[in-house]
Amino acid sequence: MSLTVDIRHAFPGVTLDLSVRAGQGVTAIFGPSGAGKSSLVNAIAGLLHADEGRIVLAGETLFDSAARVYVPPAKRRIGYVFQDGRLFPHLSVAANMRFGARFAPEGLDRAEMDRLTDLLGLRALLHRKPGSLSGGEKQRVALARAWLCRPRLLLMDEPLAALDEPRKDEIFPYLERLRDATSVPIIYVSHNLAEVARLADDLIVLQDGRAVLSGRAETVLSDPKALPLVGVREAGAVLQARVVEHDADGLSRLRLSGGDLWLPGVSAAPGATVRLRVLAQDVLLSRDRPSGLSSQNILPVTVEALFRGAGPGVAVKLRAGEDTLLARITARAAGEMQLAPGQDCFAVLNAISIPRGSIGHAAGPASI
Amino acid sequence: MTLEPQEWAALALSLKVSVWAVLVSLPFAVAMGWLLARRDFPGKAWLSALVHLPLVLPPVVTGYLLLLTFGANGAVGRWLADLGIVFAFRWTGAALAAAIMGFPLMVRAIRLAVEAVDPKLEEAAETLGAGAVARFVLITLPLIAPGILAGAVLGFAKAMGEFGATITFVANIPGQTQTLPSAIYAFLQVPGGETGAIRLAILSVAVALGAVLISEWLARRVARRIGRA
Repeated sequence: MSLTVDIRHAFPGVTLDLSVRAGQGVTAIFGPSGAGKSSLVNAIAGLLHADEGRIVLAGETLFDSAARVYVPPAKRRIGYVFQDGRLFPHLSVAANMRFGARFAPEGLDRAEMDRLTDLLGLRALLHRKPGSLSGGEKQRVALARAWLCRPRLLLMDEPLAALDEPRKDEIFPYLERLRDATSVPIIYVSHNLAEVARLADDLIVLQDGRAVLSGRAETVLSDPKALPLVGVREAGAVLQARVVEHDADGLSRLRLSGGDLWLPGVSAAPGATVRLRVLAQDVLLSRDRPSGLSSQNILPVTVEALFRGAGPGVAVKLRAGEDTLLARITARAAGEMQLAPGQDCFAVLNAISIPRGSIGHAAGPASI
Repeated sequence: MTLEPQEWAALALSLKVSVWAVLVSLPFAVAMGWLLARRDFPGKAWLSALVHLPLVLPPVVTGYLLLLTFGANGAVGRWLADLGIVFAFRWTGAALAAAIMGFPLMVRAIRLAVEAVDPKLEEAAETLGAGAVARFVLITLPLIAPGILAGAVLGFAKAMGEFGATITFVANIPGQTQTLPSAIYAFLQVPGGETGAIRLAILSVAVALGAVLISEWLARRVARRIGRA
């Protein structure tokens, strides 16, 4: 199942010129407001009729301006979870969930409805009206509703943006469970990098109506070119680590290709894979192996490249075994350390966060 | 308070005329309200003006125009007469006049209700596979039900009170076209008719009050059903 989008559309002020591909798993669309994220998903859903271009899903042409093909949204079988929920206020939660199934040729899959009701924790809400639900509950119902119309593709346009942090934490595990339980591709729009790092397999960065970066999420996030796009504070690498052992003092040993890390609060069993996020501003560099530091997480790395930005900062791309790390240091420090590509040095990881839930079950975000 | 047979006839006729006027014109009012709320097309302002015309035109003028159009010698009237449908000087004509006079009130209430429905809900239904008809029936219609109800009550009240266009179009024939207002008018034209006029006036107030109370009750039920209360 793959999606190909090639569209151009003129809005007052900005022109979209988008060319994106998406395959299995979660493809995150990231970018500032006005970059064209919502327009892209609306075009995929058919709610936006682009000026010209082509959209093909799993071999079926949904839109082709040259051939005058435009499949109406109702016939596309693409689930859409809106930022604002858009539940039908006159229908119960159960009726909202069943709504799409009445138009699906296969009808409602009762077993799936039952499973999803439990998966999303909706059992107690089934007979309520949307007006009496909290924001997080509404989004869970919206998720179930989009899901039960048996979509070939699931679009999520900032489904968590309208929620406060506790609500986001409440709904995130459900999102991850859904992601892991399905083979349907998901397009996830967000301007929150923590969400993207936690969910996405692939990442497409939009800016001013164009796709400026795309690829595996780990690759894009550790690409120094992404730094000005995602913001200095948010840029950082996402790494896959394997849990090796839990120590009696509460720390766990996690293995990366380039060395081991000790982290607290990891509840995943030994052998499990954990996704780690290391922000560029939390990585310190040292020419010599540092000693007498409070940080225990030091990896030998090789400088791959340095990228000078407009400000006083320099983004340093580092190789640690098979993994890529990103460090943000000042240009002055880089000069005094005489950093250059090929240089071996040591990276001190000052803070590492484990996106909660990416380890299979709940564990608090760990920072050291 | 006892009523003379002629007064009973006027009440029965008024109710019949008003119910029919509302029932027949309601689907058109819903369609028109939706059209004016949701669609942009050339001539929309003119169509809206035409619909609202009976509201601002002197009722006598509306009645006269109806007579010219639907009367025995009118262009449409002659054609309809061939099909066996006659309006002039019949209760059906009174119903037509009442419907035309009440139409703008109904359209207005329904249009406001349609405008209050977030089109994004219809979009959401569309992504879930609902075609245009299903979207209207399953989403829009239930959500505008209170507006339709309000429009129907307004239209009914207008029809019960309609006088000018009715008397011009179908005259004031007891038992045939004499509605409550026409009967009150007739009483006031003869010496000693005041008691009859007062009886019918009280009756009119009672019917109007009853209609409003019933609609309030219905509106509460509908609101509860669509999750607004």
